[in-house]
Amino acid sequence: MSTISEFFHAGGYGFYIWGSYGAALLLMAGEIIAAKQQHRTILKRLSRMARMNAAEEDE
Amino acid sequence: MSINWFKYSAPMTFYPLAGKLIPFFGWLTAILMIGGLYWGFFETPDRLSDQKEYYRIIYIHVGAAWMSMWLYIVLAAWALAGLVLQTRLSYMMAAAIAPTGAIATFLALWTGAFWGKTSWGTWWDWDPRMTSELILLFLYMGYMALQSAIDDPRRADRASALLALVGLVCVPVIFWSINCPNPNECAALHQTSKPGGGNMDPNILISMLVVALAFWMYSFYTILIRVRGIILERERHTTWVNEMLEED
Repeated sequence: MSTISEFFHAGGYGFYIWGSYGAALLLMAGEIIAAKQQHRTILKRLSRMARMNAAEEDE
Repeated sequence: MSINWFKYSAPMTFYPLAGKLIPFFGWLTAILMIGGLYWGFFETPDRLSDQKEYYRIIYIHVGAAWMSMWLYIVLAAWALAGLVLQTRLSYMMAAAIAPTGAIATFLALWTGAFWGKTSWGTWWDWDPRMTSELILLFLYMGYMALQSAIDDPRRADRASALLALVGLVCVPVIFWSINCPNPNECAALHQTSKPGGGNMDPNILISMLVVALAFWMYSFYTILIRVRGIILERERHTTWVNEMLEED
C-alpha cells in the first residue's frame, strides 16, 4: 500500500503531476466521447429524415 | 501498385475508409500511451538533471506541444488544398482538425503552467514561447469561431481557410522563440528543446517519444471520428448518404 501512496505522492509533487495528467485525461476522454456522440446524433437525425421521406414517397 | 488517391479524396469513399481506420488508431493510441507512460514512470530515474519527480510532466507536455504546432500546419495545408483544388473533403478535414489542435494547445499551456510552477516558481510568464503558444490557441479558437459565425458553409470554409493561412506565421515564431541561433539573444525563460542533445536519460527520451507518437495516433483517431460527422452533415442531400441511410 505504501508504494501506491508513495507513487501518487511523487516526492511531494503529486499535485503538479496529477494536475497535469488529470486535465489531459479529462479533456482527451471528453473529446472522444463528444466526437462519437456528435457523429451518432447526426446519423440518427438523418436516418429519421430519410425514413420520413421514404414514407412520404410511399403515400 | 497503382492506387487512385483521388478516389479516396471523395467524401463518399473516404467515409467508410475512415470508419475502418478508427478502431486501428484507437488501439494504437491506447497501447502506445499505456506503454510509454508505464516506462516513463517506472523504468526511469526520479530526477532529470536538476529537476525532481515533477519532470515527469514532460511526457504529456512535449507530446501536446508538438501536436499543437503540427496539427496547425496540417490544418493550414488542408485549408490551402481547399482554396487551390476546391475539394470538399479538404475543408472538412481542416474543420475536423481544429478542435483537436485547440485541445492540444490548451494542454501544452496547462501542463506547462504546472511544470513552470515547480521548476521556475511561477504559473505563467510573458515569455516568448508561452506568449506565442497562447496566440496559437487564439488562432484555433478564431478559426472555429469564424467558421461557425458564417452561415453559408462555402463562404465559411474560404474565410476560415484564409485566417488559417495567415495564422501560419505563428508556428515558426513558436519554434524559434527558444531555438534561436544565438542563445544570448533569446529572452526566453523556457528551456531550449534538444531531444537527445542534452544529458537526458535514454529511458526518459524513449518514453517521451513513444507518448508523443501516442498523441499523434490519438489525433488521427479523434479527427477521423469528427470528420465522419462533418461529412454526413454536409453531404446529407447527396444520393450516397441517402442510399446508405436506407440500407440501415
